[in-house]
Amino acid sequence: MFAYIVRRLLFIPFVFIGVTVMIVLLMQLLSPAQRAAAFVSSDAQLKNLDAIIEQYGLDEPFHVQYASWVGEALQGNLGFSTASSEPVATTIRKRLPASAELALVSLIPVIGLGIWLGTLAALNRDRAIDQITRVGAIVGWSLPNFVLGIWLLVLFYGGLGDVLRDFAGGAFRLEPGRVSTEVAIQIANGTFPIRTNFLLIDSLLAGRPDVFWDALRHLILPVITLAATSSALIMRVMRSSLLETLSQDYVRTARAKGLRDQIVHFKHARRNALIPVITLAGFTLIFLLNGVVITETVFNYPGLGRWFASAAVALDYPAIMGFTVLTAFIVVVGNLLVDVLYAIVDPRIRYG
Amino acid sequence: MAREETPVALSKAPAGGAPTPTRWWRSKAAKRFRRNPLAITGAILVAAFAVVALFAPQLSEPGRTCLRDLGATAATMNDINDPTKGLFWRSIFASPEACYTMPRASYSPIPESPSEAFPLGTTSNGYDIAYGLVWGARTAFQIGLIIVGISIVLGLLVGGLAGFFGGWVDEVLMRFTDVVIAFPSLVLAIVIVTILGQTLTNVIVAISLVAWPNYARVIRGEILKLKTLDYVESARALGGRGLRIFSRHIFPNTLAPLVVVASLDMGSVVLTAAALSFLGLGPPVGYADWGQMVNFARNWILGPPGDPLAYWYTSVYPGMAILVFVLGWNLLGDALRDALDPRDA
Repeated sequence: MFAYIVRRLLFIPFVFIGVTVMIVLLMQLLSPAQRAAAFVSSDAQLKNLDAIIEQYGLDEPFHVQYASWVGEALQGNLGFSTASSEPVATTIRKRLPASAELALVSLIPVIGLGIWLGTLAALNRDRAIDQITRVGAIVGWSLPNFVLGIWLLVLFYGGLGDVLRDFAGGAFRLEPGRVSTEVAIQIANGTFPIRTNFLLIDSLLAGRPDVFWDALRHLILPVITLAATSSALIMRVMRSSLLETLSQDYVRTARAKGLRDQIVHFKHARRNALIPVITLAGFTLIFLLNGVVITETVFNYPGLGRWFASAAVALDYPAIMGFTVLTAFIVVVGNLLVDVLYAIVDPRIRYG
Repeated sequence: MAREETPVALSKAPAGGAPTPTRWWRSKAAKRFRRNPLAITGAILVAAFAVVALFAPQLSEPGRTCLRDLGATAATMNDINDPTKGLFWRSIFASPEACYTMPRASYSPIPESPSEAFPLGTTSNGYDIAYGLVWGARTAFQIGLIIVGISIVLGLLVGGLAGFFGGWVDEVLMRFTDVVIAFPSLVLAIVIVTILGQTLTNVIVAISLVAWPNYARVIRGEILKLKTLDYVESARALGGRGLRIFSRHIFPNTLAPLVVVASLDMGSVVLTAAALSFLGLGPPVGYADWGQMVNFARNWILGPPGDPLAYWYTSVYPGMAILVFVLGWNLLGDALRDALDPRDA
């Protein structure tokens, strides 16, 4: 096991070099002046773009530029984002917790719902409940997250907005954003201390259940939006994986021994059926990044995704590049974690 | 590698002898497809969208610039519905760019609810929603077919080279494919579009560049499987050369899995394109494009006080169009996979 992980760890730098080379190579399609914008943070600098191109060697050959880019990046300098009016590294540090909170909370319904419905469908194969969940999964899988998000807002923020505002003093209001105005003011004037910027954690640390509920309430609609597609996917994989396991000889043996269905299904079959699902769940976290960009834009949620979307529209290249490098990092580390997880749950990999 | 029998290879009649000709619609796969209600639903949905896309000029009233570019005047305008006239065919197969622009009822930023003249209402800036949906189907088909076509060619190239040559060529190409597949596709497409510039052509290029790895994997896998089969080995023993073996014996047998991937891809590719438009990275404002229309709807989530659902039509119609289009292709692709792959039947 230890050797396996070390082998995988040694592989990381190669993947990372490959990805960053690709990104820097893509950026070469831009003119040096466009790339020089990465280092401009004031009007005075804008006037001598040529000096900046000279200083950072933006018209040098590719390998020189790549080396200097890596050098800067290693020192934490990823350029200046015009979309957020601050250095890229600062924006990432500030906004990452918000996006991570959204993605991690979404993972709960994705895995829970996916495994539960998938098991239900497989154990009731070809019965009504199976047909319904299968059709539901295909519809969920086809439902674009930006459409779902807007429909949810039209329904709950628009249509039911007045009702929810009056009900229980507005405790169940569903609205865009990350917190309500009252909490936002408390954060701005320092009444509510920000420690980790994971609001769910910060509110518990500060002993403020009202803020906890406020943040959680703002997560409801975005989480539904983000989780719909992925839970449909997990459900389908869980169903077919469990069906395959149920047809294996060892399951028949267990049945022949006279074990109760309950034990055969959940102890013998489902444990093995979960192996592909666990791998998929790991990749789902990576692919939630796609959804995060859309969902945060729909719900005006102040995370990395919305920043990236607005940077893309404004052609803020340093921000685009910074987000891409971060994505590459998440992809590489995520893949490693999936591999390790896979080795833990499936001994055949470890000793194979 | 174990010698697996492929269902695909078996569906072809063996060479030599006098095979009884089985028509494809009588094959087991076709029967399985016909008996599946979801498959029929998917096929009907896709066919319906195809009809709408093809006859878009007849199903919607063309705008003034569209008619002008078609070379029609107010007097000859009705020829567009007459199959004996040139205008009918020109409007279908050579519709000018101007026809893809949604006509405007007004320049008012506020949407107008459905009426006699605009059965589905208008969205921001007076764009006609019904026109946008009908021509948007055309846009969706065009985008989807072109991207899937390019991806298949790229996939054939990469997967074909990797599978056929094996060794380090295979290793390098497939590791590259792994990296592209591992990267979130929408993020990568956004990066490519912003670098190339925001045009419809670049959207197509960007999505093609992220969509090919699936095809490369499928084709490589099929080639590795088929390479060891007796009939390919005998073709080689008879002195057949690489390209000939590939085009005569291997490629035709990769078609079935390719069709499955392609039909599932039609949905997801159009979805990615719509997502790009939604973010403001798609074709120019006013182009008949569902994603853009959903983007317009973002401004009309809340109605005026007292009537919160006043602008429901701005988000419901375009959203439904995307959902049903993608659903149709997913049902079709799913059913094709089940029909062509007897393992799961």
